[in-house]
Amino acid sequence: MNIHLQGTAASPGIAIAKVYRLQAAAQEPLRITVADPAAEILRLREAVKQAKADIELIRVQTLERLGERKAEIFEAHLFLLDDPELIEAAEERITEDKINAETAVHEVATGIAELLRSMDDELLRERAADVGDVSGRVISKLVGRQHSALSELSEEAILVAADLTPSDTAQLDLNYVRGFITEIGSRTSHSAIMARSLELPAVVGMGLQAKRIETGMTVILDAVLGSVIVEPTEQELTDYRERKRAYEENVARMRSFVDRPSLSADGHEVELAANIGSVEDLAKVLENGADGIGLFRTEFLYMGRSSLPTEEEQFTVYRHVLEKMNGKRVVIRTLDIGGDKELPYMDLPKESNPFLGQRAIRLCLNQDELFRVQLRALLRASAYGKLAIMFPMIAVVDELGAAKRIVEEERVKLEAASIAVSDEIEIGIMIEIPAAALNAGALAREADFFSIGTNDLIQYTMAADRMNESVAYLYQPHHPSILRLVDMVIQAAQRNGRWTGMCGEMAGDADAIPLLLGLGLHEFSMSASSILPARELISRLSREECASLARQALDLGSQAEVLSLVRQHQSRSEH
Amino acid sequence: MQSQTFTVIHPQGFHARPSKLFVEKAGSFPCKVTLYKGTKKANGKSSLGLLTLGISAGSEITLETDGEQEEQALQELGEMLTKIYEE
Repeated sequence: MNIHLQGTAASPGIAIAKVYRLQAAAQEPLRITVADPAAEILRLREAVKQAKADIELIRVQTLERLGERKAEIFEAHLFLLDDPELIEAAEERITEDKINAETAVHEVATGIAELLRSMDDELLRERAADVGDVSGRVISKLVGRQHSALSELSEEAILVAADLTPSDTAQLDLNYVRGFITEIGSRTSHSAIMARSLELPAVVGMGLQAKRIETGMTVILDAVLGSVIVEPTEQELTDYRERKRAYEENVARMRSFVDRPSLSADGHEVELAANIGSVEDLAKVLENGADGIGLFRTEFLYMGRSSLPTEEEQFTVYRHVLEKMNGKRVVIRTLDIGGDKELPYMDLPKESNPFLGQRAIRLCLNQDELFRVQLRALLRASAYGKLAIMFPMIAVVDELGAAKRIVEEERVKLEAASIAVSDEIEIGIMIEIPAAALNAGALAREADFFSIGTNDLIQYTMAADRMNESVAYLYQPHHPSILRLVDMVIQAAQRNGRWTGMCGEMAGDADAIPLLLGLGLHEFSMSASSILPARELISRLSREECASLARQALDLGSQAEVLSLVRQHQSRSEH
Repeated sequence: MQSQTFTVIHPQGFHARPSKLFVEKAGSFPCKVTLYKGTKKANGKSSLGLLTLGISAGSEITLETDGEQEEQALQELGEMLTKIYEE
């Protein structure tokens, strides 16, 4: 029976092994009336004590095996057993309803878990699993049985279960377990998080289709694509053994680039930075060895709420990011609202052409106080790291001048109040309007750096709305017209001793990187997951060869010609 | 009784770690600690109570303290609602 199933890839990797199916744990305990509730409460307290001792043991083992962060999950479990809403509530129920402790704990825990599952937040739904794990352990103690069945494992296997509790996952025996498949769960489940730190392939959220997988069947677990092949054919097995080998080799190769400088084959250094949209993205930035943050979008601070964020709130966030980056450059873009991004509470007038209307710096210069609050927060945060401030949507030099004047005014005020402000803040602009690219020389005299925002630059150069599917064919990042604008910007910056970065999707594109390196781009800012592949690619490229490649590309007539030129060059350098 | 409204900025909302720290702190005060989000209400000394409020970044939370040390509790717990935690 050869079947192909699809779930959510929760921890990347490929595994091939026989299945071991974990039996679903505890059913509902039998409801019994007790004559002596006080004695029943004592029985419950004893079970809680034993459960705590077990969890403490798992916590210590996890601490040794996976480190402090993962062990904290079990600290939280211990904490749950002290929560008034759980055990105390169960005790109350024993007294009031004169029922056995198993039933009381089960009912209270089920009630809480259902409440958590009903909420519109994936993380909260996951916490329902924690409540189930600890309450299940207490019930196991009450009825006197083993809480986990995993100890039975004695040969290499891929586990299949309805769900894996955090305590199951932390105790997996890596001598035998090659990966796991669960019916429920998501990328943010505790079991998924642990699988990633154990580097164990996992596909979760398979749903009821996983019921068709039984102990002893052979499966291919492709946790890169999130697919599972049950009872694969010989051909599929051969194919996947090769894919597994290639995948693992590639992972090891990419990982070796984490701590290396971003150097081309001929020793030219560039900066590979990350784009982030919230503080949550930081972990990936650090994991992937970014040289800095090339674009921190601040819109998230303003969105999904009912009023403007205060200076204090913004300061806390900026300072946190600067400290986390530990002296590496962090480019923070001031508010880029308008266009497709609206703030309901600001009650901005409707515009018939919002992308050509009062957005970004245009709005900030018009709503002075909004802008000043953000700038004060940025200036105060500058004392905690290497800050660069970037203004979006600059079209003419006057706008930059006005924005810089406001920065200076706020700096003077802060310094007068004896608040520390770094004197090494760089102030730069996004280049996303063709007029700015064409007049880059004048702008370079005023700006410390440029960062080319390709998504908007392409939209405005091609006069093609990027939300409109019917003109999507005009989104052509490799078109010679775009490359010529990029070239003009970099040349103008270099003549004035400034550096140029790029923070659109193009910066992480494998077909664009040789051209951008050749044109002299200094900073490439992309999503964190693209950094290592980009660093690996650049390490194989010669800057000098890329420079002549880029010169040729500028004289071509279409994107198709540019792409074929780049790909020819790539395949030549690979052989 | 003291009461004040705060905006949570911790990006992951108020789950595992922040809620644990908050509950520990709340438990160290003798007064009653109650949190309100919209029409929902929770015991500030219970992490499960906090979880069921569903606090996310940008949530506006009204903190109410009632009893001994209510002023100090309001101030210290209010600070905990408006900072960023290591996660």
